[in-house]
Amino acid sequence: MTGGITTPGAGWRQADRGPATQRTTTKRRKRGGGRGRGEVSMVDDVEFTSYYGRQIVKTPVWKSPDVPLYLFLGGAAGSSSILAALADLTDRPTLTRVGRITAGGGAILSVVALVHDLGRPERFLHMLRVFKVTSPLSVGTYILSPFSAAAGATAAVELLGWFPRLKRFGGVVAAIFGGPLATYTGVLLANTAVPSWHAAHKQLPFVFGGSAMAAGGGISMIFTPVDEAGPARKMAVAGAAIELAVVNKVEIDHGILSEPFHEGQPGRLMRAARACTAAGAGLTVLAGRNRWGAVASGTLLAAGSLLTRFGVFEAGIASTKDPKYVVVPQRERLAARAANELNDPGEARSITR
Amino acid sequence: MTTISSASAAFTGRDPGNRLYGPVPDVTEQAGYVEEHPKRVGFFTDTSVCIGCKACEVACKEWNTLPMDDSHGVRDAIGLSGMSFDNTGQLGANSWRHVAFIEQSRTVDLPMPTFGRPGDDRHDHGPSVAGSGDHDSLATAQQSSVLNAEALSEFDPQTGQSGADKQVRWLMSSDVCKHCTHAGCLDVCPTGALFRTEFGTVVVQGDICNGCGYCVASCPYGVIDQRKGDGRVFKCTMCYDRLTDGLMPACATACPTQSIQFGDLDELQARADARLATLQGQGVETARLYGRDESDGVGGVGAFFLLLDEPEVYGLPPDPIVTTRDLPAMWKAAGKAAAMMVGVAMTAILGSRRS
Repeated sequence: MTGGITTPGAGWRQADRGPATQRTTTKRRKRGGGRGRGEVSMVDDVEFTSYYGRQIVKTPVWKSPDVPLYLFLGGAAGSSSILAALADLTDRPTLTRVGRITAGGGAILSVVALVHDLGRPERFLHMLRVFKVTSPLSVGTYILSPFSAAAGATAAVELLGWFPRLKRFGGVVAAIFGGPLATYTGVLLANTAVPSWHAAHKQLPFVFGGSAMAAGGGISMIFTPVDEAGPARKMAVAGAAIELAVVNKVEIDHGILSEPFHEGQPGRLMRAARACTAAGAGLTVLAGRNRWGAVASGTLLAAGSLLTRFGVFEAGIASTKDPKYVVVPQRERLAARAANELNDPGEARSITR
Repeated sequence: MTTISSASAAFTGRDPGNRLYGPVPDVTEQAGYVEEHPKRVGFFTDTSVCIGCKACEVACKEWNTLPMDDSHGVRDAIGLSGMSFDNTGQLGANSWRHVAFIEQSRTVDLPMPTFGRPGDDRHDHGPSVAGSGDHDSLATAQQSSVLNAEALSEFDPQTGQSGADKQVRWLMSSDVCKHCTHAGCLDVCPTGALFRTEFGTVVVQGDICNGCGYCVASCPYGVIDQRKGDGRVFKCTMCYDRLTDGLMPACATACPTQSIQFGDLDELQARADARLATLQGQGVETARLYGRDESDGVGGVGAFFLLLDEPEVYGLPPDPIVTTRDLPAMWKAAGKAAAMMVGVAMTAILGSRRS
């Protein structure tokens, strides 16, 4: 009954535009880009049908810069809190102090960004009336609330110099929630019908975790004397390496759904992010023990992390605006399932993940 | 703090009750209505008899007092979409029914090299309002008086140039919220504003919604949307207020051709299967049911369709899958990534000389 990707039923074509199918425009980049391997298009041209070219899924109503900024701040705060707690336990006072203040400031600002993004900000407490594991935003609320309370209080106590023993406790509580805060945001984006986010659902938590460590380590490097900032440098470089590696996988693994990460505005953001992160990591290794080298590389790493968040966010937005990102992968899935059923009728209902 | 979710219990690794994905025999009971509850209701939209009158759109707007919006969802604006008779454009916060119009043509090889005027091939289309007795003579009289038949056949858009003839058809379909068995919007709502009713439908509580917008991004059909100037999200309620008073939803009540049929879902499914068999028996080989299959990506839907072409022609996704199917894998990845962060930080601390 259902034809292939290209055959509309019984020869019917959309009347006013010739064939009802459209061709995906796989734009080959004119400039070779910074990367050595030639920009070979990873997607064969496919034909697909749509309703007057209109998008199928809705574009998220999440605002930019609120949400990308939230992703960045939450990540930087989360990784800083882990670094601060461990530095505290190993008696590195300046690194501890810098990490705590970064975590506290990031936590407060990310709460502001999150509440500001709501359609009805005055109702933000409604998120605390239920707990649902099926809703990453609900889970995130119960990660962000204790984190921001603990990290904010610890930073305030750090600045005021009161209750030194409470400080360590607050720092550890924040550190426990720090990792989940930085990585749950990957689930937040992936658990949507936004094609390019959902396709990368196993990778986005690692992208954001790595990016968070690059940002947190980078910010700590800027404000910590170089001889105490060794752990910050190591965490930043490791985070940057993870970020670059996993982003690269996101950009090549998903066929047509990787396309939005290369093209247009999101593509530019992703390339800028890669350049900043790679340069920051390299400079950290080369000149991280120099005061100004540390400031420059820390700034580059934080900028790279911020640009990654904006790039990933905008790529997802772009993937909702063209129906081909919904239709083509789903058609391929149907075709694969049909082929499967043909080969193995017993497993007719097994659906590949 | 309560747990309002269709799937909170599903994160133990296995999902025996299909709380996240797969067929569910009684979704209303799964949602917590364990005592006596009404049967699951739904819409069967038979697009083969839709005439594109938009009575459903109007009835819906009127009953639910929805604001005006244009084909891009801009509130309080009026404008032409510039593509067809469809100036509603899409489902959204202010349009809970949307009639799609698709004009199609196909080439038909006929034994005669040319063919007559448009409408000549339609005389078998059932009784007209003029009454079947004098229908032919009346139609001929009207055409000869109003139209120049010779000029018409010269410019007949249905007559091909190369001896092949073209047929034209209109596909019209009234789209609506699908009220999925596994509803992405319901799963991801962090406030519990979205809930499953005793009728098995999915409804937003306006006094709870805080406009986080997560449901908007999570609907695989692009149904629910945020209302500008209000901040909250809105979508079809299947006229929850009418259902509780024993009335049919406004759109189904207004539909003059029974293209929109409302009723108990199992009964509608049986009716749809029979209708599909009838159409296929009549040679409509492109007819198919959409959303009827309970083992599809959303566990079957409460509002399903009989379509005459591929779903994407109507602006519907060909193989929608509820996003939370993959959520256990995502949480696993997030947990691993968080552990990785702690591991990296610990290695960095332990691997650095103390100053």
